[in-house]
Amino acid sequence: MSNSPTTPGIVPARLHSEDYARHFDDLYPSYDPHEAMVAADRCYFCHDAPCITACPTEIDIPLFIRQIQAGQPEAAGKTIFNQNILGGMCARVCPTETLCEGACVREAAEGKPVEIGRLQRYATDKLIAKNAHPFTRAPSTGKRVAVVGAGPAGLACAHRLALHGHDVTLLDAREKPGGLNEYGIAAYKAAHDFARAEVDWLLQIGGITLRQGWKLGVDGTLAELQAEYDAVFLGIGLAGVNALGVAGEDAPGARDAVDFIAELRQTEDLSMLPIGRHVVVIGGGMTAVDAAVQSRLLGAEHVTMVYRRGRDQMGASDYELSHAANEGVKIITNAMPVAVHANGALREVEFAYTHQGPTGLEPTGETFRLKADQLFKAIGQKLEGAPEGLTLDGRKLSVGADGRTSLAGVWAGGDCTGGGEDLTVTAVAQGRDAAESIHAALTAKG
Amino acid sequence: MANLTTNFIGIKSPNPYWLASAPPTDKEYNVVRAFKAGWGGVVWKTLGAEGPPVVNVNGPRYGAVWGADRRLLGLNNIELITDRPLEVNLREIKQVKRDWPDRALVVSLMVPCDEESWKAILKHVEDTDADGVELNFGCPHGMSERGMGSAVGQVPEYIEMVTRWVKQHSRMPCIVKLTPNIADIRKPAEAAKRGGADAVSLINTINSITSVNLDTFSPEPMIDGKGAHGGYCGPAVKPIALNMVAEIARNAETHGLPISGIGGVTTWRDAAEFMTLGAGSVQVCTAAMTYGFGIIKELTAGLSQYMDEKGFTSVEQLVGRAVPNVTDWQYLNLNYVAKAKINQDLCISCGRCFAACEDTSHQAISMSPERKFEVIDAECVACNLCVNVCPVQDCITMEPMAKGKVDPRTGETVGDYANWTSHPNNPMAKAAE
Repeated sequence: MSNSPTTPGIVPARLHSEDYARHFDDLYPSYDPHEAMVAADRCYFCHDAPCITACPTEIDIPLFIRQIQAGQPEAAGKTIFNQNILGGMCARVCPTETLCEGACVREAAEGKPVEIGRLQRYATDKLIAKNAHPFTRAPSTGKRVAVVGAGPAGLACAHRLALHGHDVTLLDAREKPGGLNEYGIAAYKAAHDFARAEVDWLLQIGGITLRQGWKLGVDGTLAELQAEYDAVFLGIGLAGVNALGVAGEDAPGARDAVDFIAELRQTEDLSMLPIGRHVVVIGGGMTAVDAAVQSRLLGAEHVTMVYRRGRDQMGASDYELSHAANEGVKIITNAMPVAVHANGALREVEFAYTHQGPTGLEPTGETFRLKADQLFKAIGQKLEGAPEGLTLDGRKLSVGADGRTSLAGVWAGGDCTGGGEDLTVTAVAQGRDAAESIHAALTAKG
Repeated sequence: MANLTTNFIGIKSPNPYWLASAPPTDKEYNVVRAFKAGWGGVVWKTLGAEGPPVVNVNGPRYGAVWGADRRLLGLNNIELITDRPLEVNLREIKQVKRDWPDRALVVSLMVPCDEESWKAILKHVEDTDADGVELNFGCPHGMSERGMGSAVGQVPEYIEMVTRWVKQHSRMPCIVKLTPNIADIRKPAEAAKRGGADAVSLINTINSITSVNLDTFSPEPMIDGKGAHGGYCGPAVKPIALNMVAEIARNAETHGLPISGIGGVTTWRDAAEFMTLGAGSVQVCTAAMTYGFGIIKELTAGLSQYMDEKGFTSVEQLVGRAVPNVTDWQYLNLNYVAKAKINQDLCISCGRCFAACEDTSHQAISMSPERKFEVIDAECVACNLCVNVCPVQDCITMEPMAKGKVDPRTGETVGDYANWTSHPNNPMAKAAE
């Protein structure tokens, strides 16, 4: 190995080979049984508990924690999966400090909530490890449903439909199922190929036929699906990426953060993945943090995350931001990109400081430049490739509370729709609820 | 620093903390370690009659009940009296007393229920210069099956008889240790006093099964698939022990009889509570077995600080201070009216008070959509359940109503002291003068 964090340019193998395994291992390993008992004991079993209300999938959190206390973590796991079939992944990626743990009364009392996320991880891991699916499919209804997109929304929808006895065809454009769980989140949040293992476990319900490499609009149209199936669910996510809209943003070395993360997630030997010495990430959300932190973990010497507004408006949670800072990511706020300077290769990114003017964000007039071999753009994704004929709500698909779109027989959920905060857990809730709505429609009398 | 020197029925010790007759006091090695750590005295583990010593099981002797984070709340045991030869114990007792003259050294005894057996063992103990004897009428397992221990302690006539023998054949102070496995603790205490006992000590352990193994369907602790009830002790038994001590302390027949308090003493506070209910010394076992002898530093320093804060200069000033306030239910003031009050600044909105009151009590707490919990005075009977289930100390308090105010629940004016004995609903009520 000849490269190091200070090697110029975008190069692989900046670290010793053993560092990669350590850097990309579980951020938090699972509790051991005693740790779980001690953590579970802190739960007060609140009446009408605020943590349940704060969970988009409304998991009965006090109940599952009590089941851990009572020595039956697998039963706790089933309580979780009843509401959220991707409870294992949510335990890893949910911003719990703004959801269940943020609502925990112990957060109010002592600034130290019950560690609900880690307890959920413990319970779900225990049940998945038994490799016996806890749910049994209802007798077949003979109804057929197409679910487009095998991400969190599509998986949750497909599982719930299969549970009710419907036959599901799960269509996905990529090589592997899982959507953002497989391609879009930091590796250390889903170590040991968990995303894939979770999908395999979920499919044990039966009645779900998975078709990979099938892209809506290319391999088939919505109209064709409507003709062939009794109902269609769209969980197509956000396939497009917002552009910076500044000169030079397509220079070599500049790319979308989601592509970088997807490539990283699918790279077997991370020492082969090239990374810059000076990395700049533009954006303030989870994707920006995941790109920035993983750049550091791959051995980049300097990683700077730049966001155009104030810290309080960043999409990434405080916890994510402090994790990034802890990993050595420099965070600059109130600065927007104005130019990308390249000379064959990327050299610098120029920013203008911003302030809130009467008509919106304005440059203050002061600018600065950051050295950059590599630039990751993470200023948001957008709906792309949506079928014609569906009403939009702003830039996303418009749906009712039960996930119905403007077309009869077509439901949608997850990031491609307007509701929710584009979280895994929100997508699961929407997929599940749409499945219940589809089930009700398909089994309605008359 | 308050003076913790204790004189219990003429037995002096530098502090009121003695190690109870149990495994920690079975031999010189342990007792010397305890004295070096600062314990005020020991009751040497029970000696039996001359002859082949008893044998113990060769599997688990202890079972336990745990709280959060595996904190030991209750311990039970099926160990018997000392299984070491009598002459070895006697030699060591004599040596320890010679080396540690300022510490209390009492010897626990359990021999068959005949006068000759007691006469014989007492002669041996006197030769050691020990400070006194404690008669083990409490051990609830094994020995009781052979007509000793609690088999004696459950029959007041036997207690009186044996105590009388001991006082006839010995000049040593005699403490009678009582079993709690009995309906009315005052009866054996009265019997001990009639027999001439200088003091009683209590409680011995409580018959118990700590748990059942749900795979093998055997009680714990398990010996080769079977289990026998053992003696329960530790923090879990303290409330039972406090009541029994208080019952003896306030009973006219036994009032003033010195008491050595035993049962779940874990911190200085537990010891102080026993003392206020009439215990002149306390005995400790489970806490030492859980944490080692080092806890004596907290026990002595804590009691000393408390006494300084209260202005007590000797332990005698503390002993029995709460006894006058222990009464019978019929004398409680029925015109004492309190209402629960929730401190909204301290409330963390967990709703446990609401669930407890709404589901299991008097529907006297309201819950708003914003999770604000408030007491409905017109429904509150001041039962205290909300206080007990609230996870925040002092968040919910019981506020007494002033005399002359109208209780919104009953519509009646809060009046002067009046109890059940004169209440109109009481068919046995005595007419008010």
